[in-house]
Amino acid sequence: MDLTLKIWRQENAQARGKFETYKVTGISEDASFLEMLDILNESMVDKVQLPIAFDHDCREGICGMCSLYINGRPHGPDQGITVCQMHMRNFKDGSTIVIEPWRAKPFPVIKDLMIDRSAFDLIIQAGGYVSVHTGGVPDANSIPIKKEHAELAMDAAACIGCGACVATCKNASAMLFVSAKVSQMALLPQGKIEAARRVQKMVAEMDDLGFGNCTNTYACEAECPKDIKISNIARMNWQFLIAKVGAQKMNA
Amino acid sequence: MAKLLHYSSLTKKFIMAIAGLFLAVFLMVHLGINLFILPITENHVEIFEIAVHFMTSNPLIKVFEIVLFGGFLIHIIYGLILQIQNWMARPKRYKIEGFSHTSFFSKYMIHTAIIIFIFLVIHFINFYFVKLGFTEAPQGPNEVTNNHDFYNMVVNLFSTTWYAIMYIGLIIILGFHLNHAIQSAFQSLGLYHSKYTPFIKMVGTLYSIIIPLGFIIIPLYFLIN
Repeated sequence: MDLTLKIWRQENAQARGKFETYKVTGISEDASFLEMLDILNESMVDKVQLPIAFDHDCREGICGMCSLYINGRPHGPDQGITVCQMHMRNFKDGSTIVIEPWRAKPFPVIKDLMIDRSAFDLIIQAGGYVSVHTGGVPDANSIPIKKEHAELAMDAAACIGCGACVATCKNASAMLFVSAKVSQMALLPQGKIEAARRVQKMVAEMDDLGFGNCTNTYACEAECPKDIKISNIARMNWQFLIAKVGAQKMNA
Repeated sequence: MAKLLHYSSLTKKFIMAIAGLFLAVFLMVHLGINLFILPITENHVEIFEIAVHFMTSNPLIKVFEIVLFGGFLIHIIYGLILQIQNWMARPKRYKIEGFSHTSFFSKYMIHTAIIIFIFLVIHFINFYFVKLGFTEAPQGPNEVTNNHDFYNMVVNLFSTTWYAIMYIGLIIILGFHLNHAIQSAFQSLGLYHSKYTPFIKMVGTLYSIIIPLGFIIIPLYFLIN
């Protein structure tokens, strides 16, 4: 495959940045998207040019590091997978591919296509945990949990925190991520105890970081590589409402 | 005011949703009265005038009027605040965007909202401000006897072709807004259920078609006749 790539280049967080055009030839349609970028980078190194910086780690679709906005969609045109799992057969030979970093105020560009997603860590630090030691692994069935709840919690826990929901949302809202993290714990007995405090702290942190508001366009659900459902957002909305109305006033 | 701004994003959305649902229900009441402009019964003008008299003179309705204006104001102010925050959350836009699958009308809520606001201003100039004596009653084939004579004001306005067409266009935009608004309000309030949410979505879609259709029939009747 021969392709034209329009790639965002930005030297550092302060630089203005611009699109640069590159040609790649002889790419196998069985290559992954990141392998295609590796080939381009190797050819650039050979020409003593600065290679393109992009986030990646496990390349198995589970670490949540890759973060490319390809032709107007996070993680590219394929459904339910991260960009590292996407193959070049999703593109036509001779086509032009526009590659951009995630765009959101809380996700500043570090260099080229690399972005700083520490904002998600700050949200987790604000309340995305169980603050007491819950002991070792309990015997099976010693704590009764409804199968439905266990499955919903597991589905929510599938979120890898890649930020595709923020990237695709027209408001750069982090509601799908936050709601998945709120849900995965609130649905289980160990996490339920602190549910009211957790949801308030995490939402407050999300707001402080400058993420946008959810307008229920559901683009996040459509683009999530782990198929996190918007029912998590509704669950978080309800929990927040109950927490605000019923819970004791929080200490600062 | 400062406190209103400092509410969390979710609290603002709850308030928006409640105010929005209240306004959506009000539309049904409004339509119920408006339909008596059409000759659906022999004494339809009389019934319409009784309803107008009730709506303009009853002390309980006066209180309701304040609540209604409050609903509009809250919905508009919070809508604007949330939208500005949303714009600020992405200072640098994408070169290519909008290819993700979304609920269609949800992308244009602020645009439809601005058009509805303009419609509201026109509506106030034509009716509410006339009642208060701030603006002149609309002129046309029928003589408007007093500033509460809404029946003849409506007849005069809808007898003007361009006004009737504009009204129909604006009501269709209102339908687009309602199409996303109702199911979105339930989602914002956290009322999601795998069994009932599809039903809520269906009711929302039907509401967004039936209510505007009801409003459109009235100018259409005058256009045809």
